This record gives sequence, C-alpha cells and structure tokens, in this order.
Amino acid sequence: MRNAILGLIMAVLAAPAALADGWDDVLARAKGQTVYFNAWGGSDTINAYIAWAGEEVEKRYGVKVSHVKLTDTADAVNRVLAERTAGRDSGGSVDLIWINGENFANMKRNGLLHGPWAESLPSWRHVDVAGKPTVVRDFTEPTDGLEAPWGMAQFVLVYDQARVATPPRTLAELAAWAKANPGRFTYPQPPDFLGTTFLKQAVIGLNGNDPRLAEAASDAALGELTAPLWAYLDDLHPAMWRSGRAYPANGPAQIQLLGDGEVDIALSFDPSEAASLVKNGQLPDTVRTFVFEGGTIGNTHFVAIPYNAAAKEGAQVLANFLLSPEAQARKQDPRYWGSFTVLAMDKLTANDRARFDALDLGAATLSAAELGKALGEPHASWMERIEVEWARRYAAGQ
Amino acid sequence: MSWLRLAPIVTVLVMIGPVGAGLLATIGPAFGIMPGLSDAPAGLAVWRRLFDMPGLGQGVALAAWTGFAATALAFVIAVLFCAAWHGTATFDRLMRGLSPLLSVPHVTVAFGLAFLIAPSGWLVRALTGFERPPDWLTVHDPLGLGLIGTLIAKELPFLLLMTLAALNQVPAQRYHAMARTLGYGRMLAWLHGVLPLLYPQLRLPVFAVLAYSLSVVDVALVIGPTLPPTLAVQLTRWFADPDLSLRLVAAAGAVLQVAVVVAGIGAWLVLERVVGLLARRLRGAGWRGRQDAVARGLALAPALAALTLTGLGLATMALWSLATSWRFPALLPQDWSLRAWDKVGTAALGPTVALALAASTVAALLVLGCLEHEAAADRKPRRAVLWLLYVPLLVPQIGFLFGLQVLLVWLGADGGWPAVLWSHLVFVLPYVFLALAEPYRAWDSRYGRTARCLGAGPARVWLRVKLPMLLRPVLVAAAIGVAVSVAQYLPTLFAGAGRFATLTTEAVTLSAGGDRRVIGAYAVMQMLVPLAGFALALGLPAWLYRDRRGLRVGR
Repeated sequence: MRNAILGLIMAVLAAPAALADGWDDVLARAKGQTVYFNAWGGSDTINAYIAWAGEEVEKRYGVKVSHVKLTDTADAVNRVLAERTAGRDSGGSVDLIWINGENFANMKRNGLLHGPWAESLPSWRHVDVAGKPTVVRDFTEPTDGLEAPWGMAQFVLVYDQARVATPPRTLAELAAWAKANPGRFTYPQPPDFLGTTFLKQAVIGLNGNDPRLAEAASDAALGELTAPLWAYLDDLHPAMWRSGRAYPANGPAQIQLLGDGEVDIALSFDPSEAASLVKNGQLPDTVRTFVFEGGTIGNTHFVAIPYNAAAKEGAQVLANFLLSPEAQARKQDPRYWGSFTVLAMDKLTANDRARFDALDLGAATLSAAELGKALGEPHASWMERIEVEWARRYAAGQ
Repeated sequence: MSWLRLAPIVTVLVMIGPVGAGLLATIGPAFGIMPGLSDAPAGLAVWRRLFDMPGLGQGVALAAWTGFAATALAFVIAVLFCAAWHGTATFDRLMRGLSPLLSVPHVTVAFGLAFLIAPSGWLVRALTGFERPPDWLTVHDPLGLGLIGTLIAKELPFLLLMTLAALNQVPAQRYHAMARTLGYGRMLAWLHGVLPLLYPQLRLPVFAVLAYSLSVVDVALVIGPTLPPTLAVQLTRWFADPDLSLRLVAAAGAVLQVAVVVAGIGAWLVLERVVGLLARRLRGAGWRGRQDAVARGLALAPALAALTLTGLGLATMALWSLATSWRFPALLPQDWSLRAWDKVGTAALGPTVALALAASTVAALLVLGCLEHEAAADRKPRRAVLWLLYVPLLVPQIGFLFGLQVLLVWLGADGGWPAVLWSHLVFVLPYVFLALAEPYRAWDSRYGRTARCLGAGPARVWLRVKLPMLLRPVLVAAAIGVAVSVAQYLPTLFAGAGRFATLTTEAVTLSAGGDRRVIGAYAVMQMLVPLAGFALALGLPAWLYRDRRGLRVGR
C-alpha cells in the first residue's frame, strides 16, 4: 500500500517532466513534416491568417504547413472516409481539420479521429476550461482530447442602421419587425449551419432554455419543445424575403443580400464578421451588430487530427502554435481575423494579456459585455431532428 | 505502325476505366456496403431512407423538368437558327460572338445571369426606378426558369458549333438548294431537306447536353430552385452532411441520378420518333412555308437574346472585379479598386496551364492515334465505339467521383500529378475526339497517295503532308481540351486530394465566401486562359503558313 502511494507521488512529481519529454519527442519527430491543414478557404483574411501561422511554424519548428482550401468541411471528412474504405489506415492525406459540432461527433463516433492529444499540448494550460465550458464540450459532446479548441464564436445579428432604426431584441420583436417590413428578413436554408443555428436559437428562446435541450432529444420532448418553433415559423415565413418561398444557400449568400439591400437584417456566427466586411467594402459602413436579450448561442471551433494522418506530430505542433497567446491575440485582432480567443486572461502572463488589451475591435463589433451571455448549444441530436422536420415541412414542395 | 492498333484500346481504357470503377464503388455503398463506416445500415434500408427523404420526389421531378426543358429548348433554338440563317453573314457574325462563350465555365455564366435578373440586379437598376430592390422571386424561382435559361444560354453555343461541324459532313448546300427548287421556303427547306441528314450526328452531343442538364449541381446552386432543390443538389448536400450514414443515401441517390439520366435519354428517343412522325405528316400535307420572313426573325431572337444576356452578365462580373462597392440602385460601381485582382492566386496559374497543356497534349496524341488507326484500316468505327466515347459525358459526375476517389486511394495514386492528369483526361478526351474526328476524316487521302507515289514512307507522309494540313483543326481541338481542363473542379478536387490548386478550385473555394468581386476576377481569369489557347490555335498555323496560300483559311 505504502509503495503504491509512493509510486503515485512519484508519478505525479514526474508527470510534468514526462510531459515535457513527450513534447520534445513530438517536436523532434515533427521536424521536416508537412502538415496538410484542411480548412474552409472562403475568406481571404482567414486564408492569410493561416498562411502566417504556417510561416511561423516552419520558421520556429521546421514544420511545413500546406493549407488545403475547402468549400465544406465535409470534403475532408469524405476524404478520410474514402481512405478508410480503401484500407489506407496510415499515411493519410489529411493531417489537421478545422472542425466542430456534428462533423466532430460523427467522426468521433466512427473512430475516424486520432488521440487523445489536445490536453497534453503545452499551450493547453492557458485554455479557459472553467469560463468557457464549450472548449471541452463540443455541441455537448465531450471532446475527450480528440480536438484542440481554436476560437470562440457567438450567434449575432447584423443590421444596417441606415434602414433599421431600432433592431428587434427578442424573437417576438423580430417577428413584429418582419411583418412591418415584409421581405426584409431571411435566414440561410437549413441544413446550412447558420440557418440551423437560427432555428436552435428560436427553440431555446421560445422554451426559456429548457434543460431537456442539453440531452439527447426524446420523441416526447421533441414534440413538446418544437411545437412553438413551428408555430413561430409558420407565422414568420409569409413576412420574410420572397415570402419564405426561397432561401439564401448559406451565410455568405445572405450577407450578399444585405450588401445588395435586399434584406436589412442578417445572421452571423462571428461577432466581428460585420466589422471586417465593412472594412473591405462588402457591407456599407452603417452596418452594426446586435444580439437578442437573454443571450445567444455560443460555441467553439476546433482542430482535430484524423486517425490515419501522416504527420500527426507536425499537426500537434501546429495546433499548439494556434493555441498560443501570440497566435490567439492575432486571431482576435480584426485586422487579421477577429475571432475571439479560447484562452483565459487570468492564466496569461502580463505581457501576453497586454497583447489582447491593445486590440481595437471596431465600431461594428460588440464588446464582450454587450455580447452578453453565451448559451450552450443543444445536444447534437436536436439539430439533426429539427433539420429533418424543417425540410419535411418547408422544403418538400406541395 | 502496329502501335497504332493500341491507341483505341488505351483511349477507351483511360476514359472508361475510372468511370466504370467509380460507378461500381458507388453502387456498393448504395446497398449499405461501406467498410469505412461503423454505423452503416445494411441492404435495402438505404433505399427506404432515400425514398423517405423529404422533397425527393419533387427534386426528381424538378431535375427532369429543368433538364429536359433546357435541352429541348436549346436544341430547338439552335436548329431553327441554323434553318433560318445558315450561310448568311448574320450567322457567321453570331457564331463569332457565341464561340468564346464555349470556354466560359457554366457557373460563371450562372453568376452573371443571376446578377442580371436579381431584384437587386442590373436589369432592375437599369430599367426601373425602385429605391429598394423589389421582393420578386426571380433567382431561385420554384419552377427553375432561371436555371433553364442559364442552361440554354450556356449550351446553345455548344449545340450550334456541333451543328456547324456536322453540316460540313453532309452535302447540306445541295440538299437545301434541291428543297428550295421544290418550292419550300428557306427554313422549311432546311428542316425537311437538311436536318434529317444531320440529326444522327447531333444525337450524341444532344445527349451529352441532356445528361449534363439533368444532373448539374453548381449552376443549380447559384440560380436554381431551393424548396426543394433538384435531385443533384440534394444528393450533393447528403454527400456533405455531417451525418456520415447519409453518405450511403447519397450513393443511392447517385444511382437514382444515373437512372434519371438513362430515363431522360430514353424519353428523348421516344420524343424523337414522335417528332419524326409529325414531320412526315407535315411533309405529306405539302405545306411549303414560303412566307417565312417573320419566322426567320423569330428564330434569330432567342439566339441573339442568349448572346446579349450572357455577354451582359459576364460584363457585369468583370465590372464587379474592379469595384470596391456597388450598391443598389447604382448602375456602375461607386468605388473602384484592383484589390480583387490581388487575391487572384497567380500561384495557381502555373499548375492550371501546365495541367491543361499536358492533358490536351496527351488527349490529342491519343485521338490522333485512334483516328490514324481508323484511316489506315479504312473503316469508320461502329456506333458502339462512339457511345463509349461519350460515357464520361453521359454519366453524372456525382455518380462516380466518390468511387473514383476510393479507387485512387486504393491504388495509392491520389494527390499526385498523374492522378489529376488522368482525371482531367477522362473529360478532355471525348471533347478533343469530337472536335478532331470530322476534319481528320474529311482530309483528302489523295494528297497522301500522291506523296507515296513520290517515294515518301507512311511516317514521312503523315509528318510532312497530313499533319501540316491538319495543324489548325488539331490545335483547335487541343485548345478545346485546354478549355475543358481549365474548367474541371470536382475531378481536380477528388483526384488531387484537395492539394492541387488550380484557378478553378481557387475560384470555387473563394466563391464559398460569396464575394462577387473575387468571383468576378476569377471569372475573367477563367475566360482568359482558354481564350489564349484558342488565339494560339488560330494564330500559330496562320503565322507558320503565312507564305502558303493553300493552307490559309478561306473566307
């Protein structure tokens, strides 16, 4: 018994050293590897940020990074799936994926991910696990160290203050505003994630954030909690853009509608997106951001390593760099990207904290206080069930 | 030259191999066979789930309607235009305008037309006094009229050029003149006298258009109906759904999509018969249609409209590439900048051009081998061989690309140059063959015989006489191959493991961000590369043979 305790103490004492040893080992093996980072490539600011991170990682650790630009995360998931189907269980072509939510849950369930590795990254000690619980629970699914957090997102609404005097701050106000301004509001067509997020936001708002939403959806709960949603949508759709007979395909298409003046309110999952679109001229400079009273859905996006990745160590080195205070501060800077950090300010050194304090977020971005409370995502099963039902009700034709 | 005998075999294997293997690897998952997936349902459960998908029936109906209507209308417009105007200066002028459109990617035309017809678009800005865009359902209309219009505008040049190529193979002028002497008006003489001869050669190109229109994805996403979308769009979504078990439903959907195309071709064959019978009745009735001035005007209108609208749409995209902001209701951008052009990846230009040149060169060599083999054997290939050639154009891409990806991974060939080149060849080869076959066959073999009599061996005759005489069509065919290669998106993505960045893959990923300015800049680039190819193909022989009058282009 005493030996066991002694052994335990020894193990605890030795752990940090072992960790450092392990990391040195990772660094040594990563050197010379090329990491194929599969990430959505639709934004040139984000592409430029990834290019910067790649250059830094190559300079500091001798790891080359190649950004494989995706139109959809599913392309990378499909690639891993094709490799599994063809029996290529090592030397795969995807080393790191930008991922979250259902894509993560499904890859995890099908054993397509490598790990756990995320919580043994040196940068992990700065992560705000207590203040931002979604960094370890991705759409309520425990991450189990299979993915490392990269940034925070929160559902916000974007409006043009030249055309909307007072933005509607609740779901009821939104419906009333839409009826007073027919044809000036829409949401991307589910299962686009932004459109689905709007539906989830509505379910939460209409049910006072019922605790059953955090659990797997039962038939009874589904019927009870989604009934107000369908009633709300049946009421809202006739007043929407094209009377609800067509929907923009995705977030960018909807932002384009705002830029064209076809709609006055749009949705976003990036609190600083409006500011960067104003800056590059896609939206007029009268565009501002607002949120609903009572909070909006917030989540975290991650990076994960497929089970058959060829450069697992290089991928960890890149993930560790992306999680460092330096890279996170640049990521939060609207000049480079504007996505909120996953780190805890009180875990940083004074120097690192200063990097974040110095950022100027721009007029179209809300402060953390104005953004308000981030609500948790409902359990992933809700999303799937609601998407199917939405399609059945509104997209199946007559 | 016994190696020539290998050319047709290699050609067919290069093209059919991937398509066949890809199809097989798609059919497996459709019946629940997918080793990569642990929560895969088995057997027919996949099909039950497919038929339970909301909007499936509507999606199939929409695909059938839009695909069929677009093909039929494009064909009728092309035929009537040829009947009314072939052999006139108007015809030549319009063809010169339409030909460059052949090299414009479909989705670029869709973006351009969508910006024209949207309620916040250019036509509303130009023709009305609205201060805010009206709430009209023009883009994404539920009947798919916008989609049909876009497909017509894009397929019309292809059908017209194929008709023109076919016209050179039949004694069209004589038959037309003969029908005229029987008292028929200009149009009816062409329809009764020339079209029946021409049609068998147009059938396969029409089927290629039909198959494409029935299964198109990118154009339908930009301008097609959304509630529900067409079948092809639906199954593309399932392929991209986070729920991995939907991949199987998507595979079953892909098999259904192939069935829709097969059924569509069957329906077209039936329609063909019916129209043929009606035409015979009409001939029997003896109507001569001598007063066809109005009809000729009407036949010109749709072709002219297609050219004008597409041209305007592309012009607006070019304008967008130079704009900082261009808000409703301004007719021209308010602020200008070259910023979008900075974002056009010049890094992608090199690989794009290299790949296009390699693919079209290999394709041209293989096709030359096939055609020379055919000429040496002195017989025309059977119909079945022609059908084989068309297989890659007739099978919906979505039906075999996932399977092709599995095959390439299994061979360990994905992500490399050869795989991407191969995947491009699959689509480049048929077009190069189609473009080159007729001019090659039409070459007067008496030149060859004369040269042989003068003591030249077969190789020397080919190199010194035949190839120089055919240089122009060979280069034009290669230029078409370049255009086809430049436009490939899905094959580049699937075979290149996503690591192969070309102009088109960059354009498509960046258009996911929805920035019209960047889309516009890439659209211009995607047009310029193939156009440069065509300019070379026409300019090089003209320059090489500047001192040989007989090899200069007539007219």
